[in-house]
Amino acid sequence: MSKVRVLAGTRKGAFILTSDGKREQWDVSGPHFAGWELYHLKGSPVDPNRIYASQTSGWFGQLIQRSDDGGKTWHQPGTPPGEPPAPGPPKPASNKFVYDVSAETGKPLTTHQFYDGTQHPWEFKRVWHLEPSLTDPDTVYAGVEDAALFRSTDGGQNWHELSGLRGHGTGPKWQPGAGGMCLHTIILDPSDPKRIFIAISAAGAFRTDDGGASWKPINKGLHSQYIPDPRAEVGHCVHHVAMNPSRPNVLFMQKHWDVMRSDDAGDSWREISGNLPTDFGFVIDVHAHEPETIYVVPIKSDGEHYVMDGKLRIYRSRTGGNEWEALTKGLPQSNCYVNVLRDAMAVDSLDKCGVYFGTTGGQVYCSADAGDSWTPIVRDLPAVLSVEVQTLA
Amino acid sequence: MIRVILPPHLRTLAHVQGDVELEVEGPVTQRSVLDALETRYPMLRGTIRDHATQQRRPFLRFFACEQDLTHESPDAPLPDAVTSGKEPFIVLGAIAGG
Repeated sequence: MSKVRVLAGTRKGAFILTSDGKREQWDVSGPHFAGWELYHLKGSPVDPNRIYASQTSGWFGQLIQRSDDGGKTWHQPGTPPGEPPAPGPPKPASNKFVYDVSAETGKPLTTHQFYDGTQHPWEFKRVWHLEPSLTDPDTVYAGVEDAALFRSTDGGQNWHELSGLRGHGTGPKWQPGAGGMCLHTIILDPSDPKRIFIAISAAGAFRTDDGGASWKPINKGLHSQYIPDPRAEVGHCVHHVAMNPSRPNVLFMQKHWDVMRSDDAGDSWREISGNLPTDFGFVIDVHAHEPETIYVVPIKSDGEHYVMDGKLRIYRSRTGGNEWEALTKGLPQSNCYVNVLRDAMAVDSLDKCGVYFGTTGGQVYCSADAGDSWTPIVRDLPAVLSVEVQTLA
Repeated sequence: MIRVILPPHLRTLAHVQGDVELEVEGPVTQRSVLDALETRYPMLRGTIRDHATQQRRPFLRFFACEQDLTHESPDAPLPDAVTSGKEPFIVLGAIAGG
């Protein structure tokens, strides 16, 4: 019988929630890495027992953790616990994220715009998102703050920057959002191994068609009133982008304000906010089997990061946008003031598509009927930063 | 034998309990102690000093013998009591929320 495994990253550790295909009874394990911020965990689609995790701390910096047994045990890639020191060359450093400034493959370390408009040098802070390869369990991409894309091809032991993105030339116009200047979205095109989409707050969305060597901004059609030129090539605060793998040219975007859609792989965008009560938000996701069914969580405003009117409502469009319905069954409809952060929604691929999201109030909700009704898996975790789900045979 | 006291999160990461004891060759300095620590416990690399700059992480401080050594040169000799193992070298997380 099928199973699902939900990977929840929180402000104070990771939690793994497992259930059978009914998604009614749940086992909860954790906290893993107690006390640390777990920005993101994601399993390899090739080997579901291989899970990568971004463990980070304001005190101790960035760590990468890896599990090869579905989250039961973890280790830092290349440095198994208890391994005695050995002479010889330095061991791999799985938490070493150094921008590539080499003459051969790198780009000079330039500056980006800081909050006050001055130029500020690129400084690595943390990994926001890990995206395992669709074909190789040892290959994984990392989106980091300050914005750049790294790749490991040895299971997370060593990381190398794909510097063409940071060196795109528009860097001085990139700027941090409230959470920092983060590369938070990585989408691998299942139909073209050389095509990758990424998104950065606040620079916008970019696409490579040559495996990461060169990148183009794909922000035509975005309109952001908080930048001097609202239709600029870069500078947009894109919060998240989602794709259904069956239609890799169709992208859905939750921008700072505005929900957007592209039907040409990001070359152009159009607004699909339609009848949403507010089009500010962070998450967006697509139904596993219905590529025109999408989900967002409207948030009151950029100054009030919580749901409107004290009601936790997921909005679903079954028409690819513009026409939205509120999903409320099982969700609190009074005195609720949580947020749902950009990487905190996921869908499983069971026949009846499951939808999952986590809140800053520590709840992780599951809908086993594509959003028609919801039940909390857990209610009282630390603030949830990310939610991913694995559908297991 | 040099004794090092780590903050709890780093003890967990290194799978140790209590003080860490290290052999340090040559002059006993912040740098040589941290080099020996990271050689013995490679999972700690990057958690106390930044990988790229080798600078102390800003929210960590170094104490020994009731002295704040945080801003001493990394190559300055540590107190004799640390060198002899009588007193520990303390890596401390700054008290800053969390």
